[in-house]
Amino acid sequence: MKSLQEISLDGVWHNNPALVQLLGLCPLLAVTSSVVNALGLGLATLLVLVGSNCAVSLLRDYVPAAVRLPTFVIIIASFVTCAELLMQAFTYELYTILGIFIPLIVTNCSILGRADAFASKHPLLPSFVDGFMMGLGFLLVLLILGAMRELLGQGTLFDNMQLLFGAEAASWKWVLIEDYSFLFMILPPGAFFGMGILIALKNLVDAEIKRRQIPVQAPIADRRVRVTG
Amino acid sequence: MSLLAPSSPHAHRPLSTSHVMAQVSLATLPALGVLTWLFGWGSLINVMLAVTTAIFAEALILKLRKRPWRILMDNSALLTGLLLGLSITPLAPWWLPVLGAAVAVVVAKQVYGGLGQNPFNPAMVAYALLLVSFPLPMSLWPQPLSLQAEPWTFWEHLTHTFTGSLHAIDGYTGATLLDAFKHKGALTAEEFWLQTPVAQAVLNATTGVSLAYLLGGVYLLWRGIISWHTPVAVLASLLILAAFFYGADPSQYASPSMHLLVGAGIFSAFFIATDPVTSATSHKGKLVYGAGIGILVYVIRTWGNYPDAFAFAVLLMNFAVPFIDYYTRPRTYGHARAQRGIK
Repeated sequence: MKSLQEISLDGVWHNNPALVQLLGLCPLLAVTSSVVNALGLGLATLLVLVGSNCAVSLLRDYVPAAVRLPTFVIIIASFVTCAELLMQAFTYELYTILGIFIPLIVTNCSILGRADAFASKHPLLPSFVDGFMMGLGFLLVLLILGAMRELLGQGTLFDNMQLLFGAEAASWKWVLIEDYSFLFMILPPGAFFGMGILIALKNLVDAEIKRRQIPVQAPIADRRVRVTG
Repeated sequence: MSLLAPSSPHAHRPLSTSHVMAQVSLATLPALGVLTWLFGWGSLINVMLAVTTAIFAEALILKLRKRPWRILMDNSALLTGLLLGLSITPLAPWWLPVLGAAVAVVVAKQVYGGLGQNPFNPAMVAYALLLVSFPLPMSLWPQPLSLQAEPWTFWEHLTHTFTGSLHAIDGYTGATLLDAFKHKGALTAEEFWLQTPVAQAVLNATTGVSLAYLLGGVYLLWRGIISWHTPVAVLASLLILAAFFYGADPSQYASPSMHLLVGAGIFSAFFIATDPVTSATSHKGKLVYGAGIGILVYVIRTWGNYPDAFAFAVLLMNFAVPFIDYYTRPRTYGHARAQRGIK
């Protein structure tokens, strides 16, 4: 059994749902045109992932293996509905901007994947940590991609944050380049480019870490002593 | 004088990549000259900027990839920059050709592994990216010099390219002819030509440019650098479709000669679609590939959102090339029939 620390590191880095498993790409590529969109979708996904992992983990002994997938999907759909209603209540404008991609969290493979591969085999606490860390990993990738595309596409950062944090957040907008627009980065192809660059960077960092590790001396195997003959 | 009679085998030196690229570059020079003569210094400045950027970007990437710098000598970066510089508007600000050439070399070619590995035509990838990202500066063409009261000198044009004094020259710019014709609204074709007197002068100028490209294309055919299949298929399919619709309703649809001579038709048929890396391989395949481009161009020009469509048509058919190659393998000697697929 993995320790909680290993589970956390897996979720955010080694087995990151977006960068390594490449799951949930549809919402990832579609809504990351700005930081606020990315944050909104990332938080909703995080909430659903934590909720579904906990629920699946608690019910894991009572769900027959033959019908586990439909059951998990129903559990996930309930949490997505909760997230959708919450967003309608508190961040209605953002909800209308994200549109179909909020209900589509149900079909995000990484959520069903975690439910089936992890939560249905582990107790509550590891499942909770796994859901939270996987969601956090997904959220971080969304945020970086959103910031990158907003910056390269329209030259700003944190535009329209009032949609998520109330009226005073409108002043958070940070204009780095005046009168600038590079439509390509806002449109879907820009998301593929950004994603490719992020994956390449991650591989680069991994290769660098591997190179820096002091090569561990292989322990000298015990010399077998011939006892016969 | 004694004739040399060497013994067999009478093999001749195969064409090298660098020779082919240099010949194609040479063949674009008449058109570059005509563009400069009829539309001012802009194209020349574009070409210089794009070629310089392309070569620098190629050198940088070769260094990063730890590849031998001699690859730079294959002239492919030079040709990519040249084709891009020729295809964008002479009024472009400096960053359009620079960004385009960098994207063409870095993203469209070297990221895939360099020349020969790229599935898409680098110059057209860059053109499509620029057109989608910056529709306004990309669609602004100057009027021909014959309509301008005081054509810019080279230095004035250079200043414009680097500092952008666009507002000062409103009278000299306009939409391209294809664009104007597309948005003629309720006018019939006859009324369009009557009501826009400058159109005839623009038509003459673009026809001159197209003929210069044709000259270069014929030179390439004569030297055996390209085969006739792709350009003939592109232009024939475009002309047949244009003639059909023009024959059905001449007041609504543009004439075949306009489709042929205005816009990027001849340029793309001879210089873009014939790219050996991204076009189909067999002769039959080249006919299918070219016909696909011609049809797509007519469809997008007539019913699409963009006035001209060669970049998109070429890129879409580049997608289809593996599929075309799969079904058009020629019969090899010793086999009764052609094989299908990759063995």
